Amino acid sequence: MMLTTYLGVILILIGIWGVLTQKNLIKMVIGFSVIDTGIHLIIVSIGYIKGRTAPIIDAAVNTQNAVDKVVDPIPSALVLTAIVIGLAVTALMLTYVIQLVESRDKSESNLKDPLLISSYEELKW
Amino acid sequence: MLRTVLIYVVIIALAMIFIPIARENMEKQDLSDLSKEYVKNSIDKLETQNVVTSVVVTYRGLDTLGEVTVLFLATSGVGFLINRRKKRKSKIRQASEILNTGSFFIFPIIVLFGVYVFVHGHLTPGGGFQGGVLIASAFVLMMLVNNNSDLNHLVLESIEAISGFSYVIIAALGLILLGSFLDPTFLPMGKLGMLFSAGAIPLIYSFVGLKVGAELTNIIDSLRNESTESEEVTK
Repeated sequence: MMLTTYLGVILILIGIWGVLTQKNLIKMVIGFSVIDTGIHLIIVSIGYIKGRTAPIIDAAVNTQNAVDKVVDPIPSALVLTAIVIGLAVTALMLTYVIQLVESRDKSESNLKDPLLISSYEELKW
Repeated sequence: MLRTVLIYVVIIALAMIFIPIARENMEKQDLSDLSKEYVKNSIDKLETQNVVTSVVVTYRGLDTLGEVTVLFLATSGVGFLINRRKKRKSKIRQASEILNTGSFFIFPIIVLFGVYVFVHGHLTPGGGFQGGVLIASAFVLMMLVNNNSDLNHLVLESIEAISGFSYVIIAALGLILLGSFLDPTFLPMGKLGMLFSAGAIPLIYSFVGLKVGAELTNIIDSLRNESTESEEVTK
């Protein structure tokens, strides 16, 4: 029962809604990024313990009481990994979008918007 | 119509899966045994102030190695998909004198801050990935100011290759000298809170930082080249 977890769930659902309903390729990529963010929020909220602080030794946490003062460091480390991988995946998706737009029919009679997914009917399956 | 209904059915079904899971996620009262061990050992054995760093670099170091590999694969994917054709000078207006001078003034400061963040990864919040992103942002500034600038990809790729290779070498040194992969304790451990402490952790994180900075600069430069070329085509 934590607000952050529900916010993460809501973000995931908004992201999935965006991926499924949006026609614009860039907006679909943004949808995937929103799903990523929701997942990060959920993972971080799993490691949270009320009233505790970040797992870094400083003025608030000394070496003796560290175990009783810090939140779980493992989810934070996993989110660090997930953010970087999310970035890499987003870059790759944007590259696909660029290549898709480049590969379109460039003749004058083709009036379709190059950024709409419906312009690429040959990709339908 | 059917499509819209199906989409909302999928979303509601997913909500019904996720919300009970979220409800079960009760607030924890104490760390798990594994996390307790990590926090204790990172202070006593690894002399690392930032426990997250010791988890990322040492205890879950193999994950980080895999993560760096994923980033490398993404970079090669971007480079492979965007074929660099012969560069033409684009006719975008040159940046003003103020922007030029200001960016040249601020560029070394941003790079220095990035280096600071990844060198102090075991002491303060931050680390290799964050520092690498900061360094890449300095290069983005230079690209914005001077849009005809040509980055030397050979240098970028050698930095990336050398730091990735050094990361694996350090990890293997742990295996050879101490018997476990990615064990950073073969270097002097120093005192908790000092810059030169925590064994090989700052070294590994610095290499990760250099690698991430070079890779992100590479990705952004590839995307930028492509966009200026597309503008040429449509003109």
